[in-house]
Amino acid sequence: MSRALIPLLAAAVTLYGLSRGCDVYAAFLQGVRKGLKTMVSIFPAMLAMLTALAMVRASGATDVLAHGLAPLLAPLGVPAECVPLALLRPFSGSGALALGADVIRQAGPESPAGLIAAVMLGSSETSVYCVALYSASVGAKNTRWALWAALAGDAAAFLVSVLAVRLFLL
Amino acid sequence: MMAKVFTALLCAALVFGLLGGQIGQVAAAMPQGAADAVELALSVGGALCVWSGILEIMDQSGLSRKIARGLGPVIRRIFGSAAQDEQTMEALSQNMAANLLGLGSAATPAGLRAAARLAQRQGKPDCDAVLLLMALNSASLQLIPANVAAVRAAAGAADPFSILPAVWLASAASVCVVLLVSRLLARVWPA
Repeated sequence: MSRALIPLLAAAVTLYGLSRGCDVYAAFLQGVRKGLKTMVSIFPAMLAMLTALAMVRASGATDVLAHGLAPLLAPLGVPAECVPLALLRPFSGSGALALGADVIRQAGPESPAGLIAAVMLGSSETSVYCVALYSASVGAKNTRWALWAALAGDAAAFLVSVLAVRLFLL
Repeated sequence: MMAKVFTALLCAALVFGLLGGQIGQVAAAMPQGAADAVELALSVGGALCVWSGILEIMDQSGLSRKIARGLGPVIRRIFGSAAQDEQTMEALSQNMAANLLGLGSAATPAGLRAAARLAQRQGKPDCDAVLLLMALNSASLQLIPANVAAVRAAAGAADPFSILPAVWLASAASVCVVLLVSRLLARVWPA
């Protein structure tokens, strides 16, 4: 089903656009240009994180961390590689994407850790950044419970990611 | 925040590399990691650009506006009386529709406009409706996580979108928790 979804969406969107008299090709090219800009804007952070992570992995520190965390996490079914991802996710979008990409590549896209990392990334947002941006923009000095509600949402996303991967994908 | 994370990673690489006698590998990993980052950026960037092109067609053909209008009832249910006037409603629906489609660059301006309208109408910038909007935007409503699928494709996944049902379940759970916790905390933690 999910294999047909994306081609179907692409065809349906261009057909709809054409039927509305939209120059879908020009619009597509414009979108690609925007995508290129996004890519350029996240690239420095990706390079910084991936380089630092490659060095940490080569030093053996990640093995030490994984060994230390394994007894705590194994009963919950959480791969050790996904813990740093869950901790970084609320603070940095591009940093978390780079970290997640590293887990997906190292553990393999169909491994439990690779799948859980992907689902975690897909189901959460950069909460701390988001709350800071909105409160600065409206001039709210006291955000009371907003950040707590946002972080509770992230925690739920992470726990359900682990469950959902075990349920649907393994 | 990232400055500390970055420094900690580099220091950990140095210390563990020296202790474990792997400092040579650590040194070699630096240019290798950077080269991997370029390769990943190129493969992920292609998929990201294609998706961005499809989204632009949705936007220019009026499809995203149509989706936004369809979201009206849901938004009225979530925001109640705070979303009574038309302009607030429109900004809120645009924000939610852009979030659903993964149009981050369109979601933020609409969201900030909605927040400003809500703050103005309620007379204070830290009213419950504004906080709820912040918390909701911190949860992922995105239906097609194109970035992650691109990373999976680059790593050689046979079906990069096979994660969709799991992503939807986790996102829905997170949105429900945000709504629930917001409602509870708004009661016990008033302005």
